[in-house]
Amino acid sequence: MQPIADEKVRAGGFLEWLALTFGRILVSLVVPVVTFAILIWGFRWLRAATPSGITEKIVVSIVAIVWGVGGAGILYFVSNWLIEKLSPVWVKRLQPFIFVGPAIAVLAWYLALPTFRSFWISLFDRSGPTTVALSLLFTAPKEYFAQLSTNFIGFGNYVSVFTERTMITAFRNNLLWIIFGASLAIIFGLLVAVLADRSRFENLAKSLIFLPMAISMVGAGVIWNFMYEVKDIADPQIGLLNAIWVALGNRPQAWTALITQPWNNIFLIIIMVWLQTGYAMVIFSAAIKGIPEELIEAARVDGATEPQIFFRIMIPYITGTIITVSTTVVIFTLKIFDIVMVMTGGQFSTHVIATQFYRQAFTSNNKGLAAAIAIVLLITVIPVMIYNLRQFAEEEAF
Amino acid sequence: MSSKTGSITRQRLVSDIIVNGVLLFIVLMWTIPTLGLLVSSFRTRFDIQTSGWWWILPHREWVTIETLAPDDTLDPDGIMEIYGVSGTFEEFRGGVLTADGTKVTWVGNKRLATLQVQERKWVMRTDFTLENYGQVLAGKSYEIKSADGTTKIVQGDNFTGSFLNSLTISIPATVIPILIAAFAAYGFAWMSFPGRKPLFTIVVALMVVPLQIALVPILKDYVRLDLNGTFLAVWLAHTGFGLPLATYLLFNYIKGLPRDILESAFIDGASHFTIFVQLILPLSIPALASFAIFQFLWVWNDYLIALVFIGAKPDVQVLTMRIAEMVGSRGSDWHLLTAGAFVSMLLPLIVFFSLQRFFVRGLLAGSVKG
Repeated sequence: MQPIADEKVRAGGFLEWLALTFGRILVSLVVPVVTFAILIWGFRWLRAATPSGITEKIVVSIVAIVWGVGGAGILYFVSNWLIEKLSPVWVKRLQPFIFVGPAIAVLAWYLALPTFRSFWISLFDRSGPTTVALSLLFTAPKEYFAQLSTNFIGFGNYVSVFTERTMITAFRNNLLWIIFGASLAIIFGLLVAVLADRSRFENLAKSLIFLPMAISMVGAGVIWNFMYEVKDIADPQIGLLNAIWVALGNRPQAWTALITQPWNNIFLIIIMVWLQTGYAMVIFSAAIKGIPEELIEAARVDGATEPQIFFRIMIPYITGTIITVSTTVVIFTLKIFDIVMVMTGGQFSTHVIATQFYRQAFTSNNKGLAAAIAIVLLITVIPVMIYNLRQFAEEEAF
Repeated sequence: MSSKTGSITRQRLVSDIIVNGVLLFIVLMWTIPTLGLLVSSFRTRFDIQTSGWWWILPHREWVTIETLAPDDTLDPDGIMEIYGVSGTFEEFRGGVLTADGTKVTWVGNKRLATLQVQERKWVMRTDFTLENYGQVLAGKSYEIKSADGTTKIVQGDNFTGSFLNSLTISIPATVIPILIAAFAAYGFAWMSFPGRKPLFTIVVALMVVPLQIALVPILKDYVRLDLNGTFLAVWLAHTGFGLPLATYLLFNYIKGLPRDILESAFIDGASHFTIFVQLILPLSIPALASFAIFQFLWVWNDYLIALVFIGAKPDVQVLTMRIAEMVGSRGSDWHLLTAGAFVSMLLPLIVFFSLQRFFVRGLLAGSVKG
């Protein structure tokens, strides 16, 4: 079959070959252009859509989901289809970039470059860096640098971050969150993991403690706001905590607001412990199940008591896991935002680093200071980053 | 011998009781807050405001058994004798106990009043209703009776729109990063190209970068591109922030798939794209599902990214924003807050309970997110 087809092409001569090639190129151009046109048209339609009724809203939602999910798939499909039209050598050369290119581009735009851009912004006051045309650098370099350095304050924002009273309060609170929140979540997680391992109700107990992981921090805020609800002393208390407190003969308290600062923070921290214990428990539980049964049995035969088994065998055996979980929970705690925002909005000296960041960036509109806070946040996690990279290098996955 | 086994059995029993007892206590502490909210969401507005949610359980409460008008002969300014007990007006206002355990209370002022005879009885407040959910979902109006007897009609919150917005944001913001990450993971695992190792090292490094670093610059870009408040903006943001972890997890999984599958497919003349779509994706479903649940819960429950990139546009607001706003503006409307909070938790809880196994697997596979 093959030679015959070849001969046919040859017989058709140059013109036919030209038409074929031209057609191919045309198709290769038309397909991506049409795809882009459809996607852009879809985007415009979605942005302009102002659904009024619920039915219209459902339609718009469905179109949006199909457009988003389908669009991403089609982009891969079309670009790969284009690449595969090339010669095998070029396919081999370019195809990897179809695969990893989009990921690299998104990561560069959303995480890698913003690190540098935030640092740049953090060197300027609240008005931010001015945009200067690059051509000016070649025509009038002096003028270029003069314009570039308007509003430039060097490390001034960093000085503010570490000296302003509100920021120091935020740091102190974050420290409280880490000291009490992270450690309580880890202790409770470990306790439940060990106890559940010996109980007949293991799965049920673990499910129920794990459940808050599915609840948003905003939802958790509502749940605990209700627990802490305070009513006048003459009225029945509808918040459980105050109901118990009053039944014990005390006056009702506004737990997150009016009790002695900084201890009102503890009542916000409890919410995080409630949310994160499930995570710690799941990881610890898996680690404990990995301890060889013979090891514990042998210790028991030798007359070790249960606390001895726990402290001398289990803890050393899962030290690595404890470090991993602690790191994760501490990083989570450093960026705590939703809970404070929903419960107090930062009032009553409950601001933390992330809420101060939000306040400076979007309420006070001091982008420079906000960027400096973000950079400080980044610097605090750099040790973890280095640890991750080292682990990765040791794994020799490549 | 037998006494020794007996003591061991007893010891087992004691430790069993301690273990399960402590466990039960912790489980209760963890469950009761959610339970209280769930129960309250089905109670009437009046019940929520006037009694704790635990009053649905049997408890003793003063119940009025008789209401009558006070005798004309009673002088509110002096000592009065009612039902065999005597006291001043102030004492009766607070309620006076009679010998048989009933309580007599003077309701009203000195001239215009009723007398209530109350008895302590076992009762349960089980007046349940679905109305709160109706109000929250449909934005139904409801009446408030003020103390002076006037009624005013207040519009409930409409959560259906926000629910749809949450869904419209969560589904693509889950699928898109997984698609991009899966392609990249395959590329890193099984293709060779210049810069492969340094690029992947960057992916690993970006895993713990706090997303706060990106908010200010990206918002600037969005404003310039006029993307702010669009679904695409939020999808892309979630994609960017979820991508390092997704790529890393999927890379580890795809790397672990047997290499001979790939080689035999190559010999059959399949291209990378075909192998990826027809072979690797179906094989990776456990890993994809694990991460999908993770990302879905993350996006659905997110508040910060929505707040920054959707802002004040009410027609694109997601559930978390809506609820946070309600806490601020109607913090004591517990009948709406409880029901609204549960509407927002419904889907995550369903996902969680039906796919818990995958979720746990995802957590165990890797857990540091920026």
